[in-house]
Formats: sequence, structure tokens, C-alpha cells
Amino acid sequence: MGDMAAPQVAPVETPDTDEVPAADRPWVTIVWDDPVNLMTYVTWVFQKLFGYSRERAEQLMLDVHHKGKAVVSSGARERMEHDASQLHAYGLWATVDRS
Amino acid sequence: MFRRRGDRYVATFAVDEVRVLRKVASEVVGLLTDGFDHSDPVVCRLFPEAYPDDAVGTAEFRRYTEGDLKTAKIDQAGAILAALPDGGGGEVRLDAEAAEAWLRALNDARLAMGVRLEIKDGTDLGAELDDAVADDPTSSRVFQLSVYAYLGYLQESLLNALID
Repeated sequence: MGDMAAPQVAPVETPDTDEVPAADRPWVTIVWDDPVNLMTYVTWVFQKLFGYSRERAEQLMLDVHHKGKAVVSSGARERMEHDASQLHAYGLWATVDRS
Repeated sequence: MFRRRGDRYVATFAVDEVRVLRKVASEVVGLLTDGFDHSDPVVCRLFPEAYPDDAVGTAEFRRYTEGDLKTAKIDQAGAILAALPDGGGGEVRLDAEAAEAWLRALNDARLAMGVRLEIKDGTDLGAELDDAVADDPTSSRVFQLSVYAYLGYLQESLLNALID
């Protein structure tokens, strides 16, 4: 028995992130750890603002708490600025950056 | 502390608690109106730089968002002032919208106090308070730390009532 025929598919060029022009890369909203916000409050805000499940919101909150920051959303720059501004209304420390 | 009763969030406050809540909410309003100053670390914390390494981007972001954000924060502090009983202690009953405004406003007040009290990650509030009391039980730091701790408990009780 021979090997299964390899599918005849041309190799696809997957560009490295470095090769994507900076202008085409999406933006991200980052939430930073701070000593005042209650952990339960931060989780609630993530659920409330982004519609994340409790599990996902809790994981993000723990990332913020243990790693100092976490990416909470990504997409177009205007959208991220909107998210950051909403997070500021809830008192979370949010910034916008390129991914 | 808050409890859920039907579709309302209810708490009974003593006269001293009403006084403290009125004071902290008024201070937040003051900070956002007459006292608004970007060089104040409290204002920096309530209105973070969206682009820490890009002053132009941050200025642009502020131009588009800061007015609305300021209005929202004044309104949410106003929701506390509006719901407090007049002249003495009493009951506060909030609908879901007012409860969320209170949550955000209590958080703003805690953020402002946290900056002034230099609360850090890992600050042990109990130990901090013990030290301050040992230093001078009548000091403003003792009072401020107690209020900060109280606001945390109050915020947590309201959040738990909302999540339940």
C-alpha cells in the first residue's frame, strides 16, 4: 500500500505579522490593572459593555489582575476609542494601541 | 448596605452615612466642574490618556470624548445626590438604571480617594487604618481611610444585589 496521495494544493503564503503594513493592522483596547477597582466590578463591566460570558469576563479580569493588563477588544480604531471611552465612564483604566 | 427588593435596590442609611455620601458625591462634581485640571492626578485617573505614548492622539481623543465623559460622570454623581434622603437618615430605593449610575459614581469616588490616599496594589486597608489610628485617631487620614473602606463595602453590596 502506498501513501495517500498528497492533495495538490499550492502552498499558501501566510504573511508574517511583521509583513502586514502597520496601517492595516487592527487596533486594540487594553485595560490596565489598578489597585482600587473591585475584581467583581471589573468582571461585571466586561460583561455589561462587551456582552462577554461571565467565564470570559472573569478570565479577562484575572489577566488584568495578574499580568497587569489585558486586551479586551480589537477592531477599527474608532471602535476602540469608543470602547476606551465607555470603559473610562465605568472608571476602568483603558488605553488604545495597535495590535 | 444594599439589598434587592423586587425590582428595586434598597438601603437604609444613618444620618452620618447620608452626610458622607453627599460629601463625596459633591466633591466629585466639584472636581469635574470648577476644579477640572488635567494636571491633578485624580483627574488623570478619571480621564486616562488613551494613547500614553502619543500626546497628539490623546489630545484628539479627549477633544471628541471628554465632554460626554465629563457629563456622564457629573450625572452619575448627581444620581447619588438625587436619591439621598433630605435632612437626616432614611431609605434609598433605586431602579436598575439608578443602581448602575450609583455603582459608577461610587467607583469614581473610590478612585479619587484612592489616588489621594496613595492606595497601591497590595495595600492592606486594615493595617493602613491601624497605623493611622496609632498615629493620630483624630486625623483626616483616619476619616478618609474609613470612608474609602465604607464606599468599597457599599459598592460591593450594590453590585451583589444587581448580580443576584
